[in-house]
Amino acid sequence: MRKFLHVSKGGVCLAALGLVMMGIGILRGEMPIVLQKAINICMECIGIG
Amino acid sequence: MDKKQNRNEWKRHGVQAVWALLTNSYLLGFAEGKIYRGKLKNLCVPGLNCYSCPGAVGACPIGAMQAVIGSWNFKFAFYVAGFLMFVGALMGRFVCGWLCPFGLIQDLLHKIPFPQKIGIFRGDKLLRKLKYVILLVFVILLPMFAVDIMGQGAPYFCKLICPAGTLEGGIPLVLLNQSMRSVLGWLYAWKNALLLITIFLSVLIYRPFCKYICPLGAVYSVFNPISVFRYRVDKEKCTGCKACAKVCKMQVDPTLNANHPECIRCGACKKACPENAIR
Repeated sequence: MRKFLHVSKGGVCLAALGLVMMGIGILRGEMPIVLQKAINICMECIGIG
Repeated sequence: MDKKQNRNEWKRHGVQAVWALLTNSYLLGFAEGKIYRGKLKNLCVPGLNCYSCPGAVGACPIGAMQAVIGSWNFKFAFYVAGFLMFVGALMGRFVCGWLCPFGLIQDLLHKIPFPQKIGIFRGDKLLRKLKYVILLVFVILLPMFAVDIMGQGAPYFCKLICPAGTLEGGIPLVLLNQSMRSVLGWLYAWKNALLLITIFLSVLIYRPFCKYICPLGAVYSVFNPISVFRYRVDKEKCTGCKACAKVCKMQVDPTLNANHPECIRCGACKKACPENAIR
């Protein structure tokens, strides 16, 4: 219980805000951009493009 | 380093290795010279792990952020920024110490004996700010504003700097694909030169890429002081012997700031404390 009381409230709030932002990003359709980039070989990343 | 410290460090390397294997478990990719193209790549991994690594089953958050910021229809990456905020707010730089494959590589390189290892040096403190500049310029501003006629920005950090992409993606893919070998140019040479410098410096200095260059470490470092998982020093137990500061390879003194932005939560200080004052 003592441990629980020491949990950073700021950390919990920011983690929750992070989840909300992820949700907004998913609703805006950002996930397909990530997928599209990640499933094709990134020529820039490997030093060719 | 005493035996107890050494044993604990290898335990951490075990966790790092298992995580690296889990997030790079598409072993067929290494055999065929291809990358995984499944739906799991919708999701980011917490550490710096090139999505063009043949084994990668998730997306690199820094690469993903540049992809979204650089796309013509989005100029802010809510999904990736939210992911980084979520992970950072929970763990801070614990990710750097325990869940980053490139961190593991640097940890292992630093174990190679060298006559004169470098701890702290003149300019070290200033140089550590460089990662924030790299985050701002190469990950955010350049992909956002240096765009082509279609309005698309390139992933400038991946393209010009990231040695993890060269090591995890560039070298294996080029070795396994004849067609890629025929189109190599100055960029590939530049990135390999950066990788060689990083490898050499990692033998001399503990985690030089994490300390001075990594934009992902820069993001997580901001969350270190307020993250849910963090260290606390029991001031009543602490005798001020500085045993914790002496073992810290990131040159952090936990008695002054237990959640310093440079702390990667490796746990060495916790194990070194004779009074068990760090929790």
